[in-house]
Amino acid sequence: MNQKIVVTGIGATTPLGGDAKTSWQALLNGESGISTLEHEWIARFELPVTFAGQAKLPAKEVLTLQETKRLDPSSQFALIAAREAWADAGITDVIPERLAVEFATGIGGVWTLLDAYDTLREKGPRRVLPMTVPMLMPNGPAAAIGMDIAARGGVRTAVSACASGTEAIANAITRLRSGEVDVVVAGGCEAAMHPLPMAAFAAMHALSRRNDEPTKASRPYDIDRDGFVMGEGAGALVLETEEHALARGAKIYAELAGGYVTSDAHHITAPDPEGTAAARAVLGALKMAGAKPEDVGHINAHATSTPVGDIAEYTALKRVFGEGIKNIPVSATKSSTGHLLGGAGAIEAIFTVLAIHERMAPPTLNLDNPDPEIDLDVVTSPRPLGENVLAISNSFGFGGHNAVVAFRTYN
Amino acid sequence: MALSQDEVLAGLAEIVNEETGIDPTSVEMGKSFTNDLDIDSISMMTIVVNAEEKFGVKIPDEEVANLVTVGDAVNFITNAQG
Repeated sequence: MNQKIVVTGIGATTPLGGDAKTSWQALLNGESGISTLEHEWIARFELPVTFAGQAKLPAKEVLTLQETKRLDPSSQFALIAAREAWADAGITDVIPERLAVEFATGIGGVWTLLDAYDTLREKGPRRVLPMTVPMLMPNGPAAAIGMDIAARGGVRTAVSACASGTEAIANAITRLRSGEVDVVVAGGCEAAMHPLPMAAFAAMHALSRRNDEPTKASRPYDIDRDGFVMGEGAGALVLETEEHALARGAKIYAELAGGYVTSDAHHITAPDPEGTAAARAVLGALKMAGAKPEDVGHINAHATSTPVGDIAEYTALKRVFGEGIKNIPVSATKSSTGHLLGGAGAIEAIFTVLAIHERMAPPTLNLDNPDPEIDLDVVTSPRPLGENVLAISNSFGFGGHNAVVAFRTYN
Repeated sequence: MALSQDEVLAGLAEIVNEETGIDPTSVEMGKSFTNDLDIDSISMMTIVVNAEEKFGVKIPDEEVANLVTVGDAVNFITNAQG
């Protein structure tokens, strides 16, 4: 069964806004979601990095007290994004057994885990709260969404570091194309703005240290880029078979035309500098879409703003597109949002879908001095796209994970 | 210094409010945690953990099932303070 899959709902909570539309508008406006963190623990631990992309709308302003008590912050963001996407899709008549969830996280319930360990050390085992395990488990966000929308067709969690959100969307294709389910809520989330992950990412020199200029710190493809900026939040997409969407008269944002996953088997953190497996992920997604490299009209790049990562992705893109890469508008939206790790692929998929739907490629911030080794057509102010566009969104993660999804204008 | 029954009730009401959002004035001696206050088993366990900390008492697991009403808990805690 090779029927089309369409996007019928989107939702997000990001450093740019508390919902998808607000985030998109802020992105087009060239806003930065990055700021200095005011938490007392920044000074207490003397963290070498003092800024990040915090969710613009605190989860407690949206959720009930019970939800904030029983869900890790990562699950809270996930639930907010999924509810928005679900309401946006307006589905009222899905069969629960034919509704699934594919919701990713890169790190899982790290706040819950570390808080509970602090409690154990300071107060002993009897003080450890009973909800600790279900809150910290990485499938917690997917399970929370599944319960909220009564999905009984399977609830799964892709865990592949910063490729997780994109991999979850790719996994949804398999479920929908096999005919097992009609609708999947897919996406990813992250809430790792805790002193330990921040110290750990800083220890490996993955984070930008531009503490005096937070909004300038995430600068993909710029010669002075010095690492990624951590972000938090979630993105969710309602994906549906075309048949199911048409039968209920749904509005359709775009077609999810392909998704593909490969692995480097090269190094636990460094991307393969040859970009061979990353290129194969792009080609796999295009093949599933029945498309060729020359059909691609827009790319939302992984582009985290690390010195090595941006070059490796460029190498992979050159492998796929050859000289043609110079003519494809590329957006590196982490320049605005920071890097949402397991949530990155999800919000970037939403930005890609909206770029197609609104026919507008979003801008890349802070490209003051382009790296001469990277010859890309980087979009630095909103740029109109054509009527029919095929676009890809790339995500790569520690562990050598490569995940690519392809979206296309739906007619 | 041991707290009076009223003081324990007030403290417990704060814990219940913190966990569930229930108005502290609704946490009354005669009310059942499950039937009247609609507190589920997970919240109940959390309330017990927090009460142990706040009042410096130990509430054994086998005792929790006997704490049906707010009054049961207040009396147990008041007596357990020793």
